[in-house]
Amino acid sequence: MTDSTITDTTTTPTRFDADSLMSEPDSTGRFGEFGGRFVPETLVPACQELEAGFREAWADPAFRDDLDTILRDYAGRPSMLTECFRLSEHLGLRVFMKREDLNHTGSHKINNVLGQALLAKRMGKTRLVAETGAGQHGVATATAAALMGLECKVYMGAVDVDRQALNVFRMRLLGAEVEAVHSGSRTLKDAVNEAMRDWVATVGDSHYCLGSVMGPHPYPWMVRQFHRVIGDEAREQCRAATGADPDVVVACVGGGSNAIGIFAGFVDTDARLVGVEPAGGAAVRHGVPGVVHGMRSYLMQDEYGQVEEAVSISAGLDYPGVGPEHSWLSSIGRAEYPNVTDDEVVEAFQLLSRTEGIIPALESAHAIAWLSREGHTMQGQTVVVNLSGRGDKDVAQMMDVLGDRGDA
Amino acid sequence: MTGTSSDQSAGTSSVDQRIGRIETEFRAKRDAGHKLLVPYITGGYPGWQDAIRACAARGADAVEIGIPFSDPVMDGPVIQQASQAALDRGATPAAVLDEVPSLDVEIPLLVMTYYNLVHHDGHRRFAHRLVEAGVSGCILPDLPLEESEPWTRAADHEGVETVMLAAPTAPDDRLPRVAARARGFLYSVGVLGVTGERDQLAATATALAGRLKAITDVPVLVGVGVSNAAQAYEATRVADGVIQGASMMRRLIDHGPDAVGDYVAEVRAAIDRD
Repeated sequence: MTDSTITDTTTTPTRFDADSLMSEPDSTGRFGEFGGRFVPETLVPACQELEAGFREAWADPAFRDDLDTILRDYAGRPSMLTECFRLSEHLGLRVFMKREDLNHTGSHKINNVLGQALLAKRMGKTRLVAETGAGQHGVATATAAALMGLECKVYMGAVDVDRQALNVFRMRLLGAEVEAVHSGSRTLKDAVNEAMRDWVATVGDSHYCLGSVMGPHPYPWMVRQFHRVIGDEAREQCRAATGADPDVVVACVGGGSNAIGIFAGFVDTDARLVGVEPAGGAAVRHGVPGVVHGMRSYLMQDEYGQVEEAVSISAGLDYPGVGPEHSWLSSIGRAEYPNVTDDEVVEAFQLLSRTEGIIPALESAHAIAWLSREGHTMQGQTVVVNLSGRGDKDVAQMMDVLGDRGDA
Repeated sequence: MTGTSSDQSAGTSSVDQRIGRIETEFRAKRDAGHKLLVPYITGGYPGWQDAIRACAARGADAVEIGIPFSDPVMDGPVIQQASQAALDRGATPAAVLDEVPSLDVEIPLLVMTYYNLVHHDGHRRFAHRLVEAGVSGCILPDLPLEESEPWTRAADHEGVETVMLAAPTAPDDRLPRVAARARGFLYSVGVLGVTGERDQLAATATALAGRLKAITDVPVLVGVGVSNAAQAYEATRVADGVIQGASMMRRLIDHGPDAVGDYVAEVRAAIDRD
């Protein structure tokens, strides 16, 4: 690693709230025709209370200072922007990685969770409910709950409990109760259903700590605001390192929280915004507008409107829908949503490990896989990749795929 | 009873003022001192047609037919299991609705399903399908008041009565708005939680039914968490009737359609007691 440069800004992140294309959704929680609040009547008052609570907290400098402080002193923000010289040379590009993998708990998920946990406490809630796919959001939620003295219950599809056993143990170690969900496809979508059922029954004292930019209003907007720190930092860091904005910004998309976070910092620049979906869960490319989990958005469904199961090597992207703001950014042509295959992801997982000494999460490897496949069309351009998480959790699964030597 | 039907529909279009079959029958029965019983049966589950016939024969005032959906967020384990079994057997909205005319029952029928199946089909088309099948009403538990307009416009136009849900969490100023949009009857959610059987009727069940009775003349039925004949009796001391789902489906799953009929008769006898 003699030829890597680390760019680490220590200044406060700049906020681009006012004139951004990605400002507030309308009063019904819509981004264009996407979003809304399609929840059982029992949850409508809770969503309204949450919207009011978030609006008030977000406008309160004391709340923002508290959040900035724990993001800095506990989560380790700002995260670095690392220039990847060997990968750049390999691809003929100038590649920077936004190092969300170096956050406490190993992914970008902590940004949102610390925000929501702080908000839940402020609103007098004593218990957090969460869903998780790969386990990263569940670990982050269990962590925030431990930090702030809140009870925590995490729902996880039974399939994911099996393939992410290490994260299940982490959550339990942190004091959370983990429940395996055996209904439906037994993955992330069913964990969301079960978390919503829990919330319907416990709405008085529980906050649903949703893990992506999805769900009913205000979640897609609120979770984006908690993650926009990624993009705001990256924009400043990229300017400090190159004197300009990047040509391309790329991130993986399941529900789409890490992508929306980094897009928020660049949406008003000329940068191409690229959200990479798994081929087996390409909601934007292959879905049609539908309503599930509280929102209207692109959704993979059969000819009758039954929600289809996503199939991906990465549990965190195993989701048949996508956050409504991504559907909107796609529909207006501001962002593009290509997809990559599991095989391309496995290659990218190895490529970043070999060229930069960074083992990415399988989710984040989707962004690198796209860059690796399409890099030849953008020679010489500057690219910022959101490296949303680290690959430690995926190592056991990849040993099965690659064999013991890791170079199959 | 405060208010009247004309108070409830004041300011809405002439189409909205049409009172449909369910509401007409339910108001007349209620006003005659009869308590209302609406069983829920999952369409496409083995024996579902005979279960509905048994309900009609043994004292139900209407039946709610569930069209199974892949992601039923308001349903607990029993109805989830029934829905999944029906889907695994190839149940589709069209297949379930195609069977309805052959049920040949005298009581009105409603459909209970989730909004994506309606959204995917198209509002007008789905409403029209219901009418063609002879279904009078529709319940969409994940379509709250604020999002309901595109559907209710189509449903009103086709003459399908949209039952609205009211929840214990609603503040006082919300309930009249929900009640004003209710057609057929008003579904008073009995418990904070999803469908399923409980040991006791929650205190919230009678409390909410009482709040609703004080502000609307539309028949008020308690559903979700009404689990046996005794609880149905208790609920109908305040409410105009009850909806029972999980306790019906557990009997259908464990013992078949005749057991559903026996249970309907048992609940009927209980709520008819003074």
